[in-house]
Amino acid sequence: MTKAQQGKVPALRLEGITKEFVGKVKANDNINLSVDHGQILSVLGENGSGKTTLMNIIAGIYFPDHGHIYIDGEEVVMRSPKDALRHNIGMIHQHFKLIDIFSATENIVLGLDEKGRLDMKQCVNRVKEIATQYGFEIDPEKKIYEMSVSEKQTVEIIKVLYRGADILILDEPTAVLTPQETEKLFNILRKMRDDGKAIIIITHKLHEVLSLSDRVTVLCKGRNVGTVTTAETNETELTEFMVGKKVMLNINRTMPRDPKPRLLVKNLSCKDVEGLEVLKDISFTVNSGEIFGIAGVAGSGQRELLEGIAGLQKCEGEVVYLDPKTGEAKDLQKKTPLQIQELGVRLSFVPEDRLGMGLVGNMSIVDNVMLRSYNKGKGIFLHRSAPTELADKIIKELEVVTPGKSTPVRRLSGGNVQKVLVGREIAASPTVLMTAYPVRGLDINASYTIYNLLNKQKEGGTAVVFVGEDLDVLLELCDRILVLCSGKVTGIVDARTTTKAELGRLMTQNTNDKDGASDGQG
Amino acid sequence: MWAAFIRRAIMQGIPLLYGSTGEILTEKSGNLNLGIPGIMYVGGIGGVIGAFLYEQHASTLNPLLAVLIPLLCSMLGSLLMGLLYCFLTVTMRANQNVTGLAMTTFGVGVGNFYGGSLAKLAGSDVPSINLTATSSYFRASLPFAEKLGWFGEIFLSHSFLAYLAIIMALVSSFFLVKTHSGLRLRAVGESPATADAAGVNVARYKYFATCIGSVIAGLGGLYYVMDYANGVWSNDGFGDRGWLAIALVIFAVWKPNYSILGSILFGGLYIVHNYIPNLDVSGQELFKMLPYVVTILFLIVTSIGKKREAQPPASLGLPYFREDR
Amino acid sequence: MAKVEHKVKEPLIHIVKRSRITIWKAWLIRIAAVALALVVSGIVAYLVTSENPLRIYAVIIDGTFGTSRRFWGMLQNLAMLLCVSLGVTPAFRMRFWNIGAEGQVLIGGLACAACMILFGDKLPNAVLILVMIIASLAAGAIWAFIPAFFRANWNTNETLFTLMMNYIAIQLVSFFTYKWSVPKGSGQIGVINRTTHAGWLPVIAGKNHLLNIIIVLVLTLVLYVYLWYSRQGYEIAVVGESENTARYIGLSVKKVILRTMLISGAVCGLTGLLLVAGTDHTISRETAAGRGFTAIMVAWLAKFNPLVMLLTSFLIAFLEKGSTEISTTFGLNESFSDIITGIIIFFIIGSEFFIQYQLKFREKEEK
Repeated sequence: MTKAQQGKVPALRLEGITKEFVGKVKANDNINLSVDHGQILSVLGENGSGKTTLMNIIAGIYFPDHGHIYIDGEEVVMRSPKDALRHNIGMIHQHFKLIDIFSATENIVLGLDEKGRLDMKQCVNRVKEIATQYGFEIDPEKKIYEMSVSEKQTVEIIKVLYRGADILILDEPTAVLTPQETEKLFNILRKMRDDGKAIIIITHKLHEVLSLSDRVTVLCKGRNVGTVTTAETNETELTEFMVGKKVMLNINRTMPRDPKPRLLVKNLSCKDVEGLEVLKDISFTVNSGEIFGIAGVAGSGQRELLEGIAGLQKCEGEVVYLDPKTGEAKDLQKKTPLQIQELGVRLSFVPEDRLGMGLVGNMSIVDNVMLRSYNKGKGIFLHRSAPTELADKIIKELEVVTPGKSTPVRRLSGGNVQKVLVGREIAASPTVLMTAYPVRGLDINASYTIYNLLNKQKEGGTAVVFVGEDLDVLLELCDRILVLCSGKVTGIVDARTTTKAELGRLMTQNTNDKDGASDGQG
Repeated sequence: MWAAFIRRAIMQGIPLLYGSTGEILTEKSGNLNLGIPGIMYVGGIGGVIGAFLYEQHASTLNPLLAVLIPLLCSMLGSLLMGLLYCFLTVTMRANQNVTGLAMTTFGVGVGNFYGGSLAKLAGSDVPSINLTATSSYFRASLPFAEKLGWFGEIFLSHSFLAYLAIIMALVSSFFLVKTHSGLRLRAVGESPATADAAGVNVARYKYFATCIGSVIAGLGGLYYVMDYANGVWSNDGFGDRGWLAIALVIFAVWKPNYSILGSILFGGLYIVHNYIPNLDVSGQELFKMLPYVVTILFLIVTSIGKKREAQPPASLGLPYFREDR
Repeated sequence: MAKVEHKVKEPLIHIVKRSRITIWKAWLIRIAAVALALVVSGIVAYLVTSENPLRIYAVIIDGTFGTSRRFWGMLQNLAMLLCVSLGVTPAFRMRFWNIGAEGQVLIGGLACAACMILFGDKLPNAVLILVMIIASLAAGAIWAFIPAFFRANWNTNETLFTLMMNYIAIQLVSFFTYKWSVPKGSGQIGVINRTTHAGWLPVIAGKNHLLNIIIVLVLTLVLYVYLWYSRQGYEIAVVGESENTARYIGLSVKKVILRTMLISGAVCGLTGLLLVAGTDHTISRETAAGRGFTAIMVAWLAKFNPLVMLLTSFLIAFLEKGSTEISTTFGLNESFSDIITGIIIFFIIGSEFFIQYQLKFREKEEK
């Protein structure tokens, strides 16, 4: 514990850090934070509370607009990741930066500014040394592509240690780990703490915060809302800190009229490319004439769930659509989007990735509007007249700001891109409308346009699924909210009676504590 | 006869070995340089121009200069081509395939143009230049090779450029696998974004790898003219060897040391028709497609097998612009 | 732990992607690039000929417009180059790097020549031509389908695969030219059906290449309509832009790749037919004459728009004719045209940079 004895000077101290992204709200607003050697600090906060931005500033990826960074009491300037490395700061990103066909050791030594001969044996030994010191289990000569997610993470951590980092930042390190792997990681982090390293861990899992860290800093909407000593706090207090006070948005909400089951999902499970289970046994029903919210921290399985229903992702389980006219049950499982369309199911889907999936950036508004319908009608030629009319209508009714309808959508601003996408999906007069983060990155006006559109759909009897990140919006817009946590349903609640704190608790709930989430029926 | 066959196969293989070693270094940086055939032409004609001017201006040939001048001219020519390619694809971010193909058109044009023009200067009726004097210095081999029977014929009867090719391949292999810079170069070819994040100067690595690769490939052209063709430049004489070198890169799974044996195999396949009795001319032409067929089969097998180590560098052919991320 | 702070200078020139550029500005940049390239070519020509540069340009123009024969020759070259360019375009719009056009043209030509030689005296002419058309289109399509099949199923690198297929085609042609050579063993096929003209495409209006030119013009329009106004053309664009979007709208990427490459190869095969049955009436390794590669540049310069390709292929054909004329007039080697073509393409490639990106110079900052 040599470094911990360096006295009272914190290993890293931030003072008044402010960062604003052009055209958006302040991601970081006057944030203060400090961490000592031999200490683990948790940074807690909802999606979009500015955690990752702050960490990127420390790692030299972003440059702050205002504020100071002190390391061991001395002020430093961080211009690039290289600067951060020179100050012995190591960051473990949520998305690993590793080269697949390299071995663990090759990845670990890559960033070193060394010349001449590469003594692999020596490097391997050094890696092994670090591994035994902290209790990592790793085969230094294994290729990355043969590794599991947790092994890759181990490589990332060793990479940082190998470069001699004293201050470690881990961005959501447990998001991809199983509980056992998480426990292993925590043991290692504790060992590193005892070794005098300063560790910052970003997370939104409360039980992890409580079991691991010494202090907790809570961020909310870009501000530091409090720093507490872990031993003196509890889950309830942290949740209240994290979700903040309820903000009134005044979104118009009516009671669902004549709700009837429209979409039944039963025991849906799904694995990702790496074989990790991203959806576990999901069951719920969406009714007509309601907005069904889905809450959860980012990456809890929202994307897979919607894609699974839309036929874009292979899943196990049942997805049944109940036809509003005939009441006939139609099985959507194991069908492609085209087959679903051919069944006469009017399922619209606004995906999260607007320009990468929902729209084609280089195509004009007209061509994008006909993406889902170009194949209708007869003949081998495209019929652009109807899409042109529709494009005009969308531009006019949703007030899309664009030089013209032949402008490539790539050139539009985020809000206008989203209007085109939502406009197109709604124009298909869907009976089920799924939207993933439809207001992400949009300004207030554009957001309200989208809320109103969704409400209109709901009033027209459409079953609307709304995946959102802002709890205030979810609480005011939706009728019911399903909460996902690590691919499991931790609850389906009535949006009118539940509280923000309750949602926060469900979102961060360790599913191991409480088995058997609420029943799918609401 | 076997010894003679293998010796000829090696001689056929050396230009391919130079070309593929150069192209491997280039591709490892993520640049798919389809200009290699053109660069090899330029490397060849560069040497020819140097030798021609020296032979014209010097009354007696100094053996050292007679080798050094063409060598430097050749290297300069292909270096300029490499720089041009890098400038267009790395700095100007132009499409690699289009740039490469334009370089091949240009390079072959330059080769044949100067070849033809020099021939005219030399008063030759056919578009070919005879540089036997210079060539004799290039082709100097160990004097005792002949006395050592088949061993000498296969292994020791070659000129210094042939041994240099093998050394280059071995050095390149060593560089790629056993040095820090080599590791970083491979990282650039696999994932420039990751390399960039790790503090590697992506553009510099691309420039260096591609230019050095071009110079090495250009030496293949020089070897062809000075050794294989006995100092006789004839237009289009180099043929499709540049493309064959690119095929060899695939066959050698992007490992220069593998391409040593690969080049001999390709060289052998290229001339095996001469050694098959009772083969008519048409049959010979069928045999000449063997290297390409082998390469395609290899490409198919490796892609179906999905063996990661046998795949092209992951970012091959793609431009890199940091702000695109 | 004293750290030395290096004074880091902001780079003098900063490159940023342009958000948009007006069409006329983009074309102005391209025209400027061509003009600059012509100046440089003029200088190069001056250096090797020491002629008055103006005279050099006069000769270039004379090469195409000097006589009607030259003009028709240029048109024929243009048509053939354009035809191959049209062939590679559907594939490129799908971001499939088909650099195997050379081989697809040759194999189409070979199929055509084979029909002419084998059935020349067995079938009535109309039937023969029909068989030739089917054979060439099918041969080109198959040659393109093979790499596409492996790419669609196993993601085999199509650039390298199609490249290798070229040389297999070339050697196959070599094989058959020896097999069918007239006289035996000469290694040349010579004019096929010299006396009967069986399988020769008809000459219309007394102009030798008029039919080729008309066919290619029609094809240009057809392809433009296909790519811009048909559903399949739209699907090609979607797959090329984003496979994820294709998946989202339920499009089978595999199917689109295979179908598009069949079309791409068939058009290249058609070029082979036009070259063999409509122009040369023979076949050799040189029949495609590098057009498969030049076409890639033509198509790319035109941003894969068939109508613009009329212009870019004219530019290349015109330059080739012009520089060939320079070489004959001033007694230069004919490869001179390759050098000029290369220079022009380098300049146009370079100009694209200024269309896509913008240079921002460092502003003086006072701190």
